[in-house]
Amino acid sequence: MSEISRADVEHLAKLAHIAMTEAELEKMAGELAVIVDSVKTVQGAAGDDVPATSHPLPLINVFREDVVGEVFTSEQSLSNAPDAEDGRFKVPAILDEE
Amino acid sequence: MNQTLSEPAPLSFDEALERFEPVMGFEVHVELNTKTKMFSSAPNAFGDEPNTNVNEVDLGLPGTLPVVNKTAVEYAIKLGLALNCSIAETCRFARKQYFYPDTPKNWQTSQYDEPIAFDGYLDVELDDGEIFRVEIERAHMEEDAGKLTHAGGSGRIQGADYSLVDYNRAGVPLIEIVTKPITGAGERAPEIARAYVTAIRDIVKALGISDARMERGNVRCDANVSLMEKGAGKFGTRSETKNVNSLRAVEHAVHYEIRRHAGILAAGGSIVQETRHWKEDTRTTSSGRPKSDADDYRYFPEPDLLPIVTDQEWIERLRAELPEPPAERRRRLREAWGYSDKEFRDVLAAGLMDQIEETVASGASPAVARKWWMGEISRVANAREVEPAALGVEPATIVELNKLIEEGRINDKIARQVLEHHLDGEGAPSKIVADRGLEVVSDDGALTAAVEKAMAENPDVVEKVAAGKLKAIGALIGPVMKETRGQADAGKVREIVLNKLGIEG
Repeated sequence: MSEISRADVEHLAKLAHIAMTEAELEKMAGELAVIVDSVKTVQGAAGDDVPATSHPLPLINVFREDVVGEVFTSEQSLSNAPDAEDGRFKVPAILDEE
Repeated sequence: MNQTLSEPAPLSFDEALERFEPVMGFEVHVELNTKTKMFSSAPNAFGDEPNTNVNEVDLGLPGTLPVVNKTAVEYAIKLGLALNCSIAETCRFARKQYFYPDTPKNWQTSQYDEPIAFDGYLDVELDDGEIFRVEIERAHMEEDAGKLTHAGGSGRIQGADYSLVDYNRAGVPLIEIVTKPITGAGERAPEIARAYVTAIRDIVKALGISDARMERGNVRCDANVSLMEKGAGKFGTRSETKNVNSLRAVEHAVHYEIRRHAGILAAGGSIVQETRHWKEDTRTTSSGRPKSDADDYRYFPEPDLLPIVTDQEWIERLRAELPEPPAERRRRLREAWGYSDKEFRDVLAAGLMDQIEETVASGASPAVARKWWMGEISRVANAREVEPAALGVEPATIVELNKLIEEGRINDKIARQVLEHHLDGEGAPSKIVADRGLEVVSDDGALTAAVEKAMAENPDVVEKVAAGKLKAIGALIGPVMKETRGQADAGKVREIVLNKLGIEG
C-alpha cells in the first residue's frame, strides 16, 4: 500500500486551492493510496528497457511555422469572462502571493 | 514587508567585502521577437488593445491544443550555441503549476529537467578590459504570462480592490538563462553583474532573436545574492531580487544586497530566503514573499506537446547562421575607428556603438559620429531624461548637420539648435535652417548694421579697442550675436570692428 498521508493531501489541497474538511482529508488519503497503487501496476508491465514517455504516440518535432493566424476580438476574448473592465478580465485581487 | 523595519543597518560596501565573499546567480528572461507566440499563432506584439492578440490557446480554453513555434526553438538553439552550451538531443516541455490570474491555464508551459541548452559559459568583458567567465547552468524555453494591473486602493498589489488582466503577453516565447553560482567576483560583483546582463542583451540583439529593450521588459533579470564568510567555502542563504530591469539597476541591486546581507550577518542575524523587490527611487530592495509551499510547482511533462529531438545537421546549420560575437565586433570597431580606450569605453557605456557604426556607414567620419552622439545628442537626451539611442536621431540627420557646418552655412551653436528643433519634429536640418532663417549672417549689410549699433551703444568699449586693447572686442560680440540671434560669425564681427576703427587686424 502506498503511503499517502493526511498531511500530503492537506498540502496538495492547499496548492490546488481546494478547501477540505478534516473528514475529507482522512478519506481522501485512503482513496488516493488505492489509486496510486492501481497506477503503479504499469511499472510491472514495462521492463527496464522501456524509457519513460510523456506521450502515447511515438512522434517528435511537431512544429508550427511562425506565421500569424486568426485572433479574437476584445469582445470575443471577454465573452466568457465573469467580469470585465476596460477590455480586461476583472479578477479578485490576490494578496497572498507575489 | 515587516522585517525591514527591524533589520540592522546595511554595512558599507567596503566593510561587507572585508568580511564576506559574495556569491551571485542570475536568471535572465529574454522575450523573443518571433512573429507569433510560443504555442499559438496569435501575434507576438507589444502595445495593442488589451486581449486582442490572443486566441483560444492563449486563453487556455478547454480542448485547445498548443503547437510549438519552430522559429522559437531555432532561436533557443542559436542562443544556446552563442552561450557555448550543449544542445539537448532530446528535450521536453513541462507544466509548472501555480494559481495566479496572470496565467489562464493555472500552469506555465516551461521546461524542467530537460532544458534545450545546458552547461555553457559566457566570457564577460569588464570596463578595464578584464575577462570574467560566467558559467551557464541552462537555457530553457517557456512562455510569458499576462499582464496584471492592480486597480483601486493605492494601485499597488497591497490594498488593491481587484486586478485587471490583459493576456496579450500570455504565451509570448521566452528563454530563461540560468547561471551557475558565480564565485570569486569579490568587490567587482556589482560590475560583473551589470557586465553579464549587458553581454546577454548584446548577444540576443546581435542574434536578432529579441528586441532586447530592457525598458519594455524584453530582457528581465532576477538577481540572486548570498554571502559566505571569507574562507568558509560554504554558501549562505540567498535572496532573489526580482525584475531588476535596467543595467544600472542590476549593478545597484547587487551592491545593495551585499551590504544588506552583511549588515544582518555581522549583527548575528540570519538571512531569510525570500524574493525582494527592487526600488529604483531609493536604490534599495524591500521584502517580497518568503519561499513557501506555494513554490511547490508539481512539474510534470506536458502531455499536449511532443519531445523535441535535434540532430547534428540541424544544429550545424543554425551554428553557421550565428553572427560575429559582440565582443569580437567591439574589438574590430575599436580598431577601425581609432578611438582611444577611454573614448571607446565611454561609447560602450553610453550604449551608442550601434548608432555610431550606422552613422559612420552613412558617410560621417568616426570622429564626427562620436562628437555628435557623445556630445550634443547625449546632452539633449540627458535633458529630456531618455536614453540617447531612444531619441530616434537618424544617421542621415547627423551627416546632413555636419555638412551644413562644413559648408559654413551654420556654426556649431546653431547646429545644436537645429538638432533640438529636429527632435521637436520640425523636419530635416536644411529645412529647419531655411524655415527659421538660421543661416550664418555673412552678408555685410545686416552684420555691419548690427556692429554699428553695438558700437554706438558701447562707446567705452570702442575707446578701449581704439586704444589698442583688441581683446575688448569680445564685449561687442555679445550684443552683435544678440542682434543677429546668434547667427553672426565672430571672426567677421571682429574684422568689421577693426575696419571701422582703421586698425590692422
